[in-house]
Amino acid sequence: MKHDARFGPRRSVTLPGPLALDGGQTLAPVTIAYETYGALDADRANAILICHALTGDQYVASEHPLTGKPGWWTRMVGEGKPIDPARHFIVCANVLGSCLGSSGPASAAADGAPYAMRFPVITIRDMVRAQMLLMEHLGVPAWAAVVGGSMGGMQVLQWAACYPERVRSAIVIASTARHSAQNIAFHEVGRQAIMADPKWRGGDYYESDDPPSAGLAVARMAAHITYLSEAGLTEKFGRRLQGRESKTFGFDADFQVESYLRHQGISFVDRFDANSYLYITRAMDYFDLAEEHGGRLAEAFRGSKMRFCLVSFDTDWLYPTRESRAVVQALNAAGAAASFVELSSPFGHDAFLLDAPELNRVVDGFLRAGGL
Amino acid sequence: MSLRPDLAIIADHVAPGSRVLDVGCGDGALMAALRDRARVDARGIEIDAANVAAAVARGLSVVQGDADVDLAGYPTQAFDYAILSQTLQTTRAPDKVLDELLRIGARAFVSFPNFAHWRVRLSLLWGGRMPVTRTLPIAWYATPNIHHVTIDDFRAFLKEHGIVTEGAWFLAGDRLTSAAAANFRAEHAVFLIRRG
Repeated sequence: MKHDARFGPRRSVTLPGPLALDGGQTLAPVTIAYETYGALDADRANAILICHALTGDQYVASEHPLTGKPGWWTRMVGEGKPIDPARHFIVCANVLGSCLGSSGPASAAADGAPYAMRFPVITIRDMVRAQMLLMEHLGVPAWAAVVGGSMGGMQVLQWAACYPERVRSAIVIASTARHSAQNIAFHEVGRQAIMADPKWRGGDYYESDDPPSAGLAVARMAAHITYLSEAGLTEKFGRRLQGRESKTFGFDADFQVESYLRHQGISFVDRFDANSYLYITRAMDYFDLAEEHGGRLAEAFRGSKMRFCLVSFDTDWLYPTRESRAVVQALNAAGAAASFVELSSPFGHDAFLLDAPELNRVVDGFLRAGGL
Repeated sequence: MSLRPDLAIIADHVAPGSRVLDVGCGDGALMAALRDRARVDARGIEIDAANVAAAVARGLSVVQGDADVDLAGYPTQAFDYAILSQTLQTTRAPDKVLDELLRIGARAFVSFPNFAHWRVRLSLLWGGRMPVTRTLPIAWYATPNIHHVTIDDFRAFLKEHGIVTEGAWFLAGDRLTSAAAANFRAEHAVFLIRRG
């Protein structure tokens, strides 16, 4: 294929819109930052969209520009992997509301100043609508597969519900069709931590070069606990002390687990915008696919010709297996072709990002069965 | 790859192009054969995660689930056939599972090891021990078979519940044996049934 500026790593496109949002507002223009790997084949039938999680980004299989770390899903995406640029045309876009180049609260509004809290509240469906704009920009008639874990899985389900004629198969990993009270509760702790930081300033901190890092770090710490399992934490840290022989009878990070969480919090603020964290967690909390369909999840998939593959992990208490099972039951009730397996892992919700050979085998088999 | 004899019988009698739910599908051997030979739209349920992963990796639509619990989520008469092979005797409530099978499928294939086979009888009669045979190879404390059933038990059950038998095959080893002496001579039975 001749060089086409739409394709490749570190791409961005600004589309005129307007994008009509669930909240009743519109967004225009809409900027989408994305990466593509591999080439669209002659009949444009090998395109795979990867949807990222809450704090993820488009750098699914290439170095992160801020942290210098390798892509977040190199175990799944890359040469010889189940999702392979040698065979597939792979797209991953930064979600609407995020801060790695797509339109979000840190973007400039019409008056030239950052939107901050003037950015409209968005939903998972709005994120998918933005991805649809990108799809048209790229000239992809239908995704051969849409794949995602956690919040990425919510987008996959939303694609299936909104645009079943534009997607042939769906892979939903460690995800859910709705946010539970407990999910919302943890997110609310994170949001309150950010908003309680005096440096948040009602969201208008961009000029100051002094963002609410402490609040955002606490939000990340609380959330990070939900990504791990109790057994995993015990195995990794137990009650071991951090670089000391005995307790200090003070409030330093005496325990290794404290030190680890603080590190998670501090390193997060270097790569993420606090306002984006507010907006994206809100979008997740609003997510309830059944609600959009009269309270019956099966209605979201009625008549669907798509193939579905769901995977959960036995130690994931953020989106436990029963949430995947509820989706599977809805798919069965709708007569859709569904596969589902609960895999065993000690690592809790984060398992989908870690080394999971069985997950790779399932994804590979499922994609190949679809001719990919 | 050759199918287990009871699965081969089922595979030979499923109408091409039909919709099939295989309950307790294992690694999907029967489903794959049905798909490849007869363009059957096959779905499966399997309790063991490793089996499910193997089945999905061969491109089959299989969900991890339990026949005792998860059949309730399937719509009524959604399949031409529901298949329960070598699984009936492992369920907690075989009567309810059979009822669900006949609700979900227009017809059901049910296969099970016959507990009245002469080897089993001999083992109990002369040995006074729970049988460990070719078809029942696992000792009493470890066997998943918690509801042993004989061919005559099953026939009586069908009659009591007004269930119609459309076909029945009886296996001694991998050879068919006659219906008349089946309760004594057959190690396995395969029934094709529907609601009356």
